[in-house]
Amino acid sequence: MAFNPFAFIGRSVLVFFEVSGRLVMFAAQSIAHSVTPPLYVRLIARQMVEMGYYSLPVVGLTAIFSGMVLALQSYTGFSRFTAESSIPIVVVLSMTRELGPVMAGLMVAGRVGAAIAAEIGTMRVTEQIDALRTLSTNPFKYLIAPRLIAGFTMLPVLVLIADIIGVMGGYLVSVYKLGFNAQGYLENTFEYLEAEDVVSGLVKAAVFGFLIALMGCYHGFRSRGGAQGVGTATTNAVVSGAILVLVFNYVITEAFFAK
Amino acid sequence: MTAPRNKIEVRSLTKSFGEKPVLNGVDLDLREGESLVVIGGSGTGKSVLIKSILGLLTPDGGRIVIDGQEVTDLRSHERERIMRKFGMLFQGSALFDSLSVWENVAFGLVQGRGMRRKEAREIALEKLASVGLGPDVAGLYPAELSGGMQKRVALARAIAGDPEIIFFDEPTTGLDPIMADVINNLVIERRTALGATTLSITHDMASVRKIAERVAMIHGGKIVWSGPIAEIDRSGNPYVDQFIHGRAEGPIKMEVRHP
Repeated sequence: MAFNPFAFIGRSVLVFFEVSGRLVMFAAQSIAHSVTPPLYVRLIARQMVEMGYYSLPVVGLTAIFSGMVLALQSYTGFSRFTAESSIPIVVVLSMTRELGPVMAGLMVAGRVGAAIAAEIGTMRVTEQIDALRTLSTNPFKYLIAPRLIAGFTMLPVLVLIADIIGVMGGYLVSVYKLGFNAQGYLENTFEYLEAEDVVSGLVKAAVFGFLIALMGCYHGFRSRGGAQGVGTATTNAVVSGAILVLVFNYVITEAFFAK
Repeated sequence: MTAPRNKIEVRSLTKSFGEKPVLNGVDLDLREGESLVVIGGSGTGKSVLIKSILGLLTPDGGRIVIDGQEVTDLRSHERERIMRKFGMLFQGSALFDSLSVWENVAFGLVQGRGMRRKEAREIALEKLASVGLGPDVAGLYPAELSGGMQKRVALARAIAGDPEIIFFDEPTTGLDPIMADVINNLVIERRTALGATTLSITHDMASVRKIAERVAMIHGGKIVWSGPIAEIDRSGNPYVDQFIHGRAEGPIKMEVRHP
Protein backbone atom coordinates (compact mmCIF):
# COMPACT_ATOMS: atom_id res chain seq x y z
CA MET A 1 0.00 0.00 0.00
CA ALA A 2 1.24 3.48 -0.85
CA PHE A 3 2.20 5.81 1.97
CA ASN A 4 -0.70 8.10 2.75
CA PRO A 5 0.50 11.32 4.38
CA PHE A 6 -3.01 12.34 5.47
CA ALA A 7 -3.58 9.07 7.29
CA PHE A 8 -0.21 9.49 8.97
CA ILE A 9 -1.00 13.03 10.14
CA GLY A 10 -4.46 12.00 11.29
CA ARG A 11 -3.20 9.02 13.22
CA SER A 12 -0.43 11.01 14.88
CA VAL A 13 -2.86 13.70 16.00
CA LEU A 14 -5.29 11.11 17.38
CA VAL A 15 -2.55 9.28 19.25
CA PHE A 16 -1.29 12.58 20.67
CA PHE A 17 -4.73 13.50 22.01
CA GLU A 18 -5.31 9.99 23.30
CA VAL A 19 -2.06 9.92 25.25
CA SER A 20 -2.37 13.45 26.62
CA GLY A 21 -6.00 12.82 27.58
CA ARG A 22 -5.09 9.65 29.41
CA LEU A 23 -2.22 11.38 31.16
CA VAL A 24 -4.37 14.31 32.27
CA MET A 25 -7.04 11.93 33.60
CA PHE A 26 -4.39 9.99 35.47
CA ALA A 27 -2.90 13.19 36.89
CA ALA A 28 -6.32 14.51 37.95
CA GLN A 29 -7.16 11.25 39.70
CA SER A 30 -3.75 11.16 41.38
CA ILE A 31 -4.03 14.74 42.63
CA ALA A 32 -7.56 14.13 43.91
CA HIS A 33 -6.31 11.19 45.97
CA SER A 34 -3.29 13.15 47.21
CA VAL A 35 -5.33 15.97 48.75
CA THR A 36 -8.25 14.02 50.26
CA PRO A 37 -8.12 11.88 53.40
CA PRO A 38 -7.22 9.25 54.34
CA LEU A 39 -3.50 9.76 53.74
CA TYR A 40 -1.00 7.12 54.70
CA VAL A 41 1.42 9.14 56.83
CA ARG A 42 3.92 6.30 57.31
CA LEU A 43 4.15 5.69 53.58
CA ILE A 44 4.56 9.40 52.84
CA ALA A 45 7.36 9.62 55.40
CA ARG A 46 9.08 6.59 53.93
CA GLN A 47 8.92 8.03 50.41
CA MET A 48 10.24 11.39 51.67
CA VAL A 49 13.28 9.67 53.14
CA GLU A 50 13.72 7.59 50.00
CA MET A 51 13.49 10.57 47.62
CA GLY A 52 14.93 13.35 49.75
CA TYR A 53 17.55 11.91 52.04
CA TYR A 54 18.95 9.28 49.70
CA SER A 55 19.16 11.76 46.80
CA LEU A 56 21.37 14.11 48.82
CA PRO A 57 24.76 12.68 47.74
CA VAL A 58 24.04 12.73 44.02
CA VAL A 59 22.37 16.16 44.12
CA GLY A 60 25.14 17.58 46.35
CA LEU A 61 27.89 16.34 44.03
CA THR A 62 26.13 17.74 40.97
CA ALA A 63 25.68 21.08 42.72
CA ILE A 64 29.24 21.53 43.91
CA PHE A 65 30.74 20.78 40.52
CA SER A 66 28.21 23.02 38.78
CA GLY A 67 29.13 25.88 41.11
CA MET A 68 32.83 25.30 40.62
CA VAL A 69 32.66 25.18 36.84
CA LEU A 70 30.43 28.27 36.77
CA ALA A 71 33.08 30.30 38.57
CA LEU A 72 35.82 29.11 36.24
CA GLN A 73 33.86 29.64 33.03
CA SER A 74 32.58 33.08 33.96
CA TYR A 75 36.11 34.09 34.94
CA THR A 76 37.30 33.11 31.46
CA GLY A 77 34.72 35.38 29.89
CA PHE A 78 34.56 38.24 32.36
CA SER A 79 38.33 38.70 32.73
CA ARG A 80 38.40 39.76 29.07
CA PHE A 81 36.64 43.00 30.00
CA THR A 82 37.70 43.24 33.65
CA ALA A 83 34.30 42.33 35.07
CA GLU A 84 35.60 39.70 37.50
CA SER A 85 33.66 41.30 40.34
CA SER A 86 30.42 40.05 38.73
CA ILE A 87 31.40 36.41 39.16
CA PRO A 88 29.79 35.95 42.62
CA ILE A 89 26.44 37.25 41.45
CA VAL A 90 26.56 35.20 38.25
CA VAL A 91 27.24 32.06 40.25
CA VAL A 92 24.46 32.63 42.78
CA LEU A 93 21.87 33.69 40.21
CA SER A 94 22.64 30.78 37.90
CA MET A 95 22.50 28.31 40.76
CA THR A 96 19.28 29.49 42.39
CA ARG A 97 17.31 30.36 39.28
CA GLU A 98 18.48 27.73 36.86
CA LEU A 99 21.13 25.14 37.56
CA GLY A 100 20.00 24.13 41.05
CA PRO A 101 16.47 23.11 40.04
CA VAL A 102 17.37 21.75 36.59
CA MET A 103 20.38 19.72 37.66
CA ALA A 104 18.61 18.36 40.74
CA GLY A 105 15.52 17.69 38.62
CA LEU A 106 17.45 15.71 36.01
CA MET A 107 19.38 13.71 38.60
CA VAL A 108 16.21 12.92 40.55
CA ALA A 109 14.39 12.02 37.32
CA GLY A 110 17.06 9.39 36.74
CA ARG A 111 17.27 8.13 40.30
CA VAL A 112 13.75 8.41 41.64
CA GLY A 113 11.68 8.28 38.44
CA ALA A 114 13.31 5.00 37.48
CA ALA A 115 12.88 3.50 40.94
CA ILE A 116 9.19 4.43 41.08
CA ALA A 117 8.45 3.05 37.61
CA ALA A 118 10.33 -0.19 38.27
CA GLU A 119 8.65 -0.78 41.63
CA ILE A 120 5.10 0.03 40.56
CA GLY A 121 5.63 -1.71 37.21
CA THR A 122 6.71 -4.91 38.92
CA MET A 123 3.72 -4.68 41.23
CA ARG A 124 1.49 -4.30 38.18
CA VAL A 125 2.81 -7.29 36.22
CA THR A 126 2.84 -9.58 39.27
CA GLU A 127 -0.83 -8.69 40.01
CA GLN A 128 0.09 -6.98 43.30
CA ILE A 129 -1.90 -3.89 42.26
CA ASP A 130 -4.95 -6.10 41.58
CA ALA A 131 -4.34 -7.68 44.98
CA LEU A 132 -4.44 -4.22 46.61
CA ARG A 133 -7.87 -3.63 45.07
CA THR A 134 -9.21 -6.96 46.30
CA LEU A 135 -8.05 -5.99 49.80
CA SER A 136 -10.22 -2.85 49.67
CA THR A 137 -7.20 -0.58 49.25
CA ASN A 138 -7.11 2.07 46.57
CA PRO A 139 -3.76 1.88 44.75
CA PHE A 140 -3.91 5.62 44.02
CA LYS A 141 -4.03 6.32 47.75
CA TYR A 142 -1.60 3.64 48.78
CA LEU A 143 1.03 3.81 46.02
CA ILE A 144 0.70 7.01 44.04
CA ALA A 145 -0.33 9.73 46.51
CA PRO A 146 2.66 9.16 48.86
CA ARG A 147 5.10 9.39 45.96
CA LEU A 148 3.54 12.53 44.50
CA ILE A 149 3.48 14.25 47.89
CA ALA A 150 7.08 13.25 48.59
CA GLY A 151 8.24 14.48 45.16
CA PHE A 152 6.38 17.76 45.47
CA THR A 153 7.76 18.54 48.93
CA MET A 154 11.24 17.02 48.89
CA LEU A 155 12.63 18.42 45.64
CA PRO A 156 12.42 22.05 46.89
CA VAL A 157 14.35 21.00 50.00
CA LEU A 158 16.96 19.29 47.84
CA VAL A 159 17.22 22.35 45.61
CA LEU A 160 17.67 24.69 48.56
CA ILE A 161 20.56 22.53 49.73
CA ALA A 162 21.93 22.36 46.18
CA ASP A 163 21.83 26.18 45.97
CA ILE A 164 23.95 26.49 49.10
CA ILE A 165 26.42 23.81 48.02
CA GLY A 166 26.65 25.31 44.52
CA VAL A 167 27.47 28.76 45.88
CA MET A 168 30.05 27.12 48.10
CA GLY A 169 31.60 25.46 45.04
CA GLY A 170 31.90 28.83 43.30
CA TYR A 171 33.34 30.35 46.47
CA LEU A 172 35.99 27.63 46.80
CA VAL A 173 37.21 28.02 43.23
CA SER A 174 37.13 31.83 43.33
CA VAL A 175 38.92 32.17 46.65
CA TYR A 176 41.44 29.32 46.50
CA LYS A 177 42.15 29.20 42.77
CA LEU A 178 41.35 32.62 41.34
CA GLY A 179 42.57 34.62 44.34
CA PHE A 180 39.35 36.43 45.32
CA ASN A 181 39.02 38.03 48.73
CA ALA A 182 36.81 35.68 50.78
CA GLN A 183 34.76 38.35 52.54
CA GLY A 184 34.34 40.40 49.37
CA TYR A 185 33.12 37.34 47.49
CA LEU A 186 30.39 36.62 50.02
CA GLU A 187 29.33 40.28 50.21
CA ASN A 188 29.06 40.42 46.43
CA THR A 189 27.09 37.19 46.41
CA PHE A 190 24.33 38.49 48.67
CA GLU A 191 24.31 42.14 47.66
CA TYR A 192 22.20 41.71 44.54
CA LEU A 193 20.42 38.46 45.41
CA GLU A 194 16.66 38.86 45.71
CA ALA A 195 14.08 36.62 47.32
CA GLU A 196 12.45 36.02 43.95
CA ASP A 197 15.62 34.39 42.62
CA VAL A 198 15.47 31.68 45.25
CA VAL A 199 11.68 31.40 45.29
CA SER A 200 11.38 30.94 41.52
CA GLY A 201 13.91 28.09 41.79
CA LEU A 202 11.94 26.46 44.58
CA VAL A 203 8.68 26.75 42.64
CA LYS A 204 10.39 25.04 39.73
CA ALA A 205 11.65 22.33 42.06
CA ALA A 206 8.17 21.61 43.43
CA VAL A 207 6.73 21.32 39.92
CA PHE A 208 9.63 19.13 38.75
CA GLY A 209 9.31 16.85 41.77
CA PHE A 210 5.61 16.40 41.08
CA LEU A 211 6.17 15.72 37.37
CA ILE A 212 8.98 13.23 37.95
CA ALA A 213 6.93 11.25 40.46
CA LEU A 214 3.88 11.44 38.20
CA MET A 215 5.82 10.06 35.21
CA GLY A 216 7.24 7.23 37.31
CA CYS A 217 3.79 6.30 38.62
CA TYR A 218 2.05 6.66 35.26
CA HIS A 219 4.47 4.50 33.31
CA GLY A 220 4.78 1.97 36.10
CA PHE A 221 1.02 1.74 36.47
CA ARG A 222 0.53 1.12 32.76
CA SER A 223 3.35 -1.38 32.28
CA ARG A 224 2.41 -4.69 30.70
CA GLY A 225 3.89 -8.08 30.07
CA GLY A 226 6.69 -9.01 32.42
CA ALA A 227 10.30 -7.94 32.71
CA GLN A 228 10.47 -6.32 29.30
CA GLY A 229 7.39 -4.23 30.00
CA VAL A 230 8.85 -3.03 33.28
CA GLY A 231 12.10 -2.15 31.50
CA THR A 232 10.25 -0.11 28.91
CA ALA A 233 8.22 1.63 31.60
CA THR A 234 11.39 2.57 33.48
CA THR A 235 13.04 4.00 30.37
CA ASN A 236 9.90 5.95 29.46
CA ALA A 237 9.59 7.32 32.99
CA VAL A 238 13.15 8.66 32.98
CA VAL A 239 13.02 10.09 29.45
CA SER A 240 9.59 11.71 29.80
CA GLY A 241 10.48 12.98 33.29
CA ALA A 242 13.67 14.63 32.03
CA ILE A 243 11.94 16.17 29.01
CA LEU A 244 9.10 17.55 31.14
CA VAL A 245 11.66 19.04 33.54
CA LEU A 246 13.28 20.93 30.65
CA VAL A 247 9.98 22.03 29.09
CA PHE A 248 8.47 23.24 32.36
CA ASN A 249 11.76 24.91 33.23
CA TYR A 250 11.18 27.24 30.30
CA VAL A 251 7.48 27.68 31.00
CA ILE A 252 8.05 28.64 34.65
CA THR A 253 11.01 30.87 33.80
CA GLU A 254 8.86 32.77 31.35
CA ALA A 255 6.02 33.05 33.86
CA PHE A 256 8.36 34.69 36.38
CA PHE A 257 10.07 36.77 33.66
CA ALA A 258 6.77 38.29 32.50
CA LYS A 259 6.10 39.84 35.89
CA MET B 1 -36.15 -24.10 53.02
CA THR B 2 -36.25 -22.23 49.76
CA ALA B 3 -33.82 -22.84 46.95
CA PRO B 4 -30.43 -21.21 47.60
CA ARG B 5 -30.34 -17.68 46.22
CA ASN B 6 -27.75 -16.46 43.79
CA LYS B 7 -24.73 -14.81 45.33
CA ILE B 8 -23.48 -13.64 41.96
CA GLU B 9 -25.31 -13.38 38.65
CA VAL B 10 -23.46 -12.72 35.42
CA ARG B 11 -25.57 -11.90 32.37
CA SER B 12 -24.39 -11.67 28.74
CA LEU B 13 -20.99 -10.36 29.77
CA THR B 14 -18.77 -9.24 26.91
CA LYS B 15 -15.19 -8.06 26.88
CA SER B 16 -12.77 -7.53 24.01
CA PHE B 17 -9.12 -6.61 23.94
CA GLY B 18 -8.59 -4.58 20.81
CA GLU B 19 -10.17 -6.52 17.96
CA LYS B 20 -10.12 -9.80 19.85
CA PRO B 21 -13.32 -10.76 21.73
CA VAL B 22 -12.49 -12.73 24.87
CA LEU B 23 -15.87 -12.94 26.57
CA ASN B 24 -18.73 -13.27 24.15
CA GLY B 25 -21.89 -13.25 26.26
CA VAL B 26 -21.15 -15.19 29.43
CA ASP B 27 -24.11 -16.18 31.65
CA LEU B 28 -23.20 -17.64 35.01
CA ASP B 29 -24.84 -18.04 38.41
CA LEU B 30 -22.97 -18.60 41.63
CA ARG B 31 -25.35 -19.95 44.28
CA GLU B 32 -24.92 -19.18 47.93
CA GLY B 33 -22.65 -21.66 49.69
CA GLU B 34 -21.68 -23.68 46.64
CA SER B 35 -18.29 -24.44 45.16
CA LEU B 36 -18.29 -23.72 41.46
CA VAL B 37 -15.29 -24.45 39.28
CA VAL B 38 -14.96 -22.89 35.83
CA ILE B 39 -12.81 -24.98 33.51
CA GLY B 40 -11.47 -24.16 30.10
CA GLY B 41 -8.26 -24.07 28.11
CA SER B 42 -5.59 -21.45 28.44
CA GLY B 43 -6.60 -18.11 26.97
CA THR B 44 -10.34 -18.81 26.99
CA GLY B 45 -11.10 -15.88 29.26
CA LYS B 46 -11.36 -17.58 32.66
CA SER B 47 -9.18 -14.96 34.33
CA VAL B 48 -10.90 -12.14 32.47
CA LEU B 49 -14.22 -13.43 33.81
CA ILE B 50 -13.24 -13.32 37.47
CA LYS B 51 -11.35 -10.06 37.08
CA SER B 52 -14.48 -8.53 35.57
CA ILE B 53 -16.59 -9.73 38.50
CA LEU B 54 -14.05 -8.24 40.91
CA GLY B 55 -14.07 -4.95 39.00
CA LEU B 56 -10.38 -5.19 38.12
CA LEU B 57 -11.40 -5.07 34.46
CA THR B 58 -14.29 -3.08 33.06
CA PRO B 59 -16.53 -5.23 30.86
CA ASP B 60 -17.74 -3.88 27.51
CA GLY B 61 -21.31 -5.04 28.04
CA GLY B 62 -23.59 -7.18 30.14
CA ARG B 63 -24.50 -7.13 33.83
CA ILE B 64 -22.94 -8.38 37.04
CA VAL B 65 -25.10 -8.58 40.15
CA ILE B 66 -23.58 -9.34 43.55
CA ASP B 67 -26.01 -10.01 46.42
CA GLY B 68 -28.78 -8.39 44.41
CA GLN B 69 -26.76 -5.25 43.73
CA GLU B 70 -25.76 -4.24 40.24
CA VAL B 71 -22.01 -3.59 40.37
CA THR B 72 -21.12 -2.93 36.74
CA ASP B 73 -20.57 0.80 37.20
CA LEU B 74 -19.99 1.40 40.88
CA ARG B 75 -18.01 4.34 42.19
CA SER B 76 -14.69 3.45 43.73
CA HIS B 77 -15.61 3.74 47.42
CA GLU B 78 -18.75 1.64 46.94
CA ARG B 79 -16.61 -0.87 45.10
CA GLU B 80 -14.23 -0.97 48.06
CA ARG B 81 -17.18 -1.72 50.33
CA ILE B 82 -18.33 -4.60 48.09
CA MET B 83 -14.79 -5.93 47.95
CA ARG B 84 -14.88 -6.63 51.69
CA LYS B 85 -17.15 -9.57 50.92
CA PHE B 86 -14.43 -11.05 48.72
CA GLY B 87 -11.23 -12.93 49.13
CA MET B 88 -9.06 -13.64 46.13
CA LEU B 89 -6.20 -16.07 45.69
CA PHE B 90 -4.09 -14.98 42.72
CA GLN B 91 -2.42 -17.35 40.35
CA GLY B 92 1.09 -16.07 41.08
CA SER B 93 0.17 -15.46 44.75
CA ALA B 94 0.73 -11.68 44.24
CA LEU B 95 2.16 -11.22 47.71
CA PHE B 96 3.50 -7.73 48.48
CA ASP B 97 7.24 -8.26 48.42
CA SER B 98 8.03 -5.18 50.48
CA LEU B 99 6.00 -6.51 53.42
CA SER B 100 6.63 -9.45 55.72
CA VAL B 101 4.42 -12.55 55.68
CA TRP B 102 2.20 -11.48 58.59
CA GLU B 103 1.88 -7.93 57.23
CA ASN B 104 0.72 -9.45 53.95
CA VAL B 105 -1.93 -11.54 55.70
CA ALA B 106 -3.02 -8.62 57.88
CA PHE B 107 -3.01 -6.12 55.00
CA GLY B 108 -6.74 -6.12 54.28
CA LEU B 109 -7.54 -5.85 58.00
CA VAL B 110 -5.18 -2.91 58.61
CA GLN B 111 -5.48 -0.92 55.38
CA GLY B 112 -8.97 -1.93 54.25
CA ARG B 113 -10.75 -1.97 57.62
CA GLY B 114 -8.57 0.20 59.82
CA MET B 115 -7.86 -2.47 62.44
CA ARG B 116 -5.00 -1.87 64.91
CA ARG B 117 -1.75 -3.54 63.85
CA LYS B 118 -1.36 -5.50 67.07
CA GLU B 119 -4.84 -6.96 66.83
CA ALA B 120 -4.43 -7.69 63.11
CA ARG B 121 -1.17 -9.50 63.81
CA GLU B 122 -2.96 -11.90 66.16
CA ILE B 123 -5.54 -12.70 63.49
CA ALA B 124 -2.79 -13.07 60.86
CA LEU B 125 -0.97 -15.61 63.03
CA GLU B 126 -4.23 -17.52 63.52
CA LYS B 127 -4.89 -17.58 59.78
CA LEU B 128 -1.32 -18.67 59.07
CA ALA B 129 -1.73 -21.52 61.55
CA SER B 130 -4.96 -22.54 59.80
CA VAL B 131 -3.02 -23.06 56.56
CA GLY B 132 -0.28 -24.96 58.39
CA LEU B 133 2.33 -22.23 58.80
CA GLY B 134 3.93 -21.56 62.18
CA PRO B 135 4.77 -18.20 63.76
CA ASP B 136 8.42 -18.66 62.68
CA VAL B 137 7.34 -17.89 59.08
CA ALA B 138 5.45 -14.72 60.03
CA GLY B 139 8.49 -12.44 60.06
CA LEU B 140 9.98 -13.70 56.78
CA TYR B 141 9.57 -11.94 53.43
CA PRO B 142 7.76 -13.58 50.48
CA ALA B 143 11.00 -13.92 48.49
CA GLU B 144 12.35 -16.21 51.23
CA LEU B 145 9.52 -18.73 50.80
CA SER B 146 9.03 -21.63 48.38
CA GLY B 147 6.20 -21.51 45.81
CA GLY B 148 4.00 -23.82 47.89
CA MET B 149 4.49 -21.73 51.01
CA GLN B 150 3.78 -18.51 49.11
CA LYS B 151 0.54 -20.07 47.94
CA ARG B 152 -0.40 -20.87 51.53
CA VAL B 153 0.39 -17.34 52.64
CA ALA B 154 -1.71 -16.03 49.76
CA LEU B 155 -4.54 -18.32 50.88
CA ALA B 156 -4.21 -17.04 54.44
CA ARG B 157 -4.37 -13.47 53.10
CA ALA B 158 -7.44 -14.27 50.99
CA ILE B 159 -9.34 -15.64 54.01
CA ALA B 160 -8.03 -13.14 56.59
CA GLY B 161 -11.13 -10.97 56.45
CA ASP B 162 -13.53 -13.95 56.74
CA PRO B 163 -14.92 -13.31 53.26
CA GLU B 164 -18.35 -14.50 52.12
CA ILE B 165 -17.09 -15.19 48.61
CA ILE B 166 -13.64 -16.53 47.72
CA PHE B 167 -12.16 -16.65 44.22
CA PHE B 168 -9.34 -19.01 43.42
CA ASP B 169 -7.34 -18.31 40.26
CA GLU B 170 -5.53 -21.53 39.35
CA PRO B 171 -4.84 -22.52 42.96
CA THR B 172 -2.62 -25.48 42.05
CA THR B 173 -0.76 -24.22 38.97
CA GLY B 174 3.00 -24.50 39.26
CA LEU B 175 2.96 -26.79 42.29
CA ASP B 176 4.04 -30.43 42.50
CA PRO B 177 1.15 -32.95 42.71
CA ILE B 178 1.54 -33.49 46.45
CA MET B 179 1.65 -29.78 47.28
CA ALA B 180 -1.26 -29.29 44.86
CA ASP B 181 -3.27 -31.80 46.88
CA VAL B 182 -2.31 -30.07 50.13
CA ILE B 183 -3.59 -26.77 48.70
CA ASN B 184 -6.79 -28.47 47.47
CA ASN B 185 -7.40 -29.84 50.95
CA LEU B 186 -6.79 -26.43 52.48
CA VAL B 187 -9.20 -24.84 50.02
CA ILE B 188 -11.95 -27.33 50.98
CA GLU B 189 -11.19 -27.10 54.68
CA ARG B 190 -11.17 -23.30 54.83
CA ARG B 191 -14.29 -23.05 52.68
CA THR B 192 -16.17 -25.39 55.02
CA ALA B 193 -14.86 -23.59 58.09
CA LEU B 194 -15.95 -20.18 56.78
CA GLY B 195 -19.13 -21.38 55.07
CA ALA B 196 -18.06 -19.33 52.08
CA THR B 197 -19.22 -19.41 48.48
CA THR B 198 -16.32 -20.15 46.16
CA LEU B 199 -15.56 -19.72 42.50
CA SER B 200 -12.40 -21.33 41.20
CA ILE B 201 -10.87 -21.38 37.77
CA THR B 202 -8.45 -24.08 36.80
CA HIS B 203 -7.44 -26.48 34.09
CA ASP B 204 -6.14 -29.05 36.57
CA MET B 205 -8.73 -31.87 36.45
CA ALA B 206 -7.48 -33.49 39.67
CA SER B 207 -8.18 -30.21 41.42
CA VAL B 208 -11.60 -29.91 39.75
CA ARG B 209 -12.72 -33.36 40.92
CA LYS B 210 -11.56 -32.61 44.41
CA ILE B 211 -12.95 -29.13 45.09
CA ALA B 212 -15.93 -28.73 42.73
CA GLU B 213 -19.59 -29.22 43.54
CA ARG B 214 -20.64 -27.77 40.23
CA VAL B 215 -18.61 -27.26 37.07
CA ALA B 216 -19.01 -24.82 34.20
CA MET B 217 -16.97 -25.04 31.04
CA ILE B 218 -16.01 -21.89 29.15
CA HIS B 219 -15.07 -22.02 25.50
CA GLY B 220 -15.05 -19.38 22.79
CA GLY B 221 -16.05 -16.71 25.32
CA LYS B 222 -19.25 -18.55 26.36
CA ILE B 223 -20.30 -21.07 28.97
CA VAL B 224 -20.83 -24.21 26.85
CA TRP B 225 -21.84 -26.58 29.65
CA SER B 226 -22.56 -26.52 33.36
CA GLY B 227 -23.69 -29.19 35.78
CA PRO B 228 -22.91 -31.05 38.99
CA ILE B 229 -19.46 -32.65 39.24
CA ALA B 230 -21.05 -36.11 39.33
CA GLU B 231 -22.33 -35.59 35.79
CA ILE B 232 -19.11 -34.39 34.25
CA ASP B 233 -18.18 -37.84 32.89
CA ARG B 234 -21.54 -38.24 31.16
CA SER B 235 -22.17 -34.67 30.10
CA GLY B 236 -22.69 -35.66 26.47
CA ASN B 237 -20.93 -32.43 25.59
CA PRO B 238 -18.08 -32.95 23.12
CA TYR B 239 -16.13 -29.92 24.45
CA VAL B 240 -16.26 -31.18 28.02
CA ASP B 241 -15.36 -34.73 26.96
CA GLN B 242 -12.35 -33.54 25.03
CA PHE B 243 -11.21 -31.31 27.87
CA ILE B 244 -11.51 -33.75 30.75
CA HIS B 245 -9.74 -36.47 28.81
CA GLY B 246 -7.10 -34.08 27.52
CA ARG B 247 -7.35 -35.06 23.85
CA ALA B 248 -5.72 -33.04 21.10
CA GLU B 249 -8.47 -34.13 18.66
CA GLY B 250 -11.99 -32.85 19.03
CA PRO B 251 -14.15 -29.78 18.56
CA ILE B 252 -11.64 -27.56 20.41
CA LYS B 253 -8.92 -26.66 17.94
CA MET B 254 -5.63 -25.57 19.39
CA GLU B 255 -3.81 -23.00 17.35
CA VAL B 256 -0.73 -24.97 16.55
CA ARG B 257 1.05 -24.34 13.28
CA HIS B 258 2.77 -27.21 11.60
CA PRO B 259 5.79 -26.18 9.62
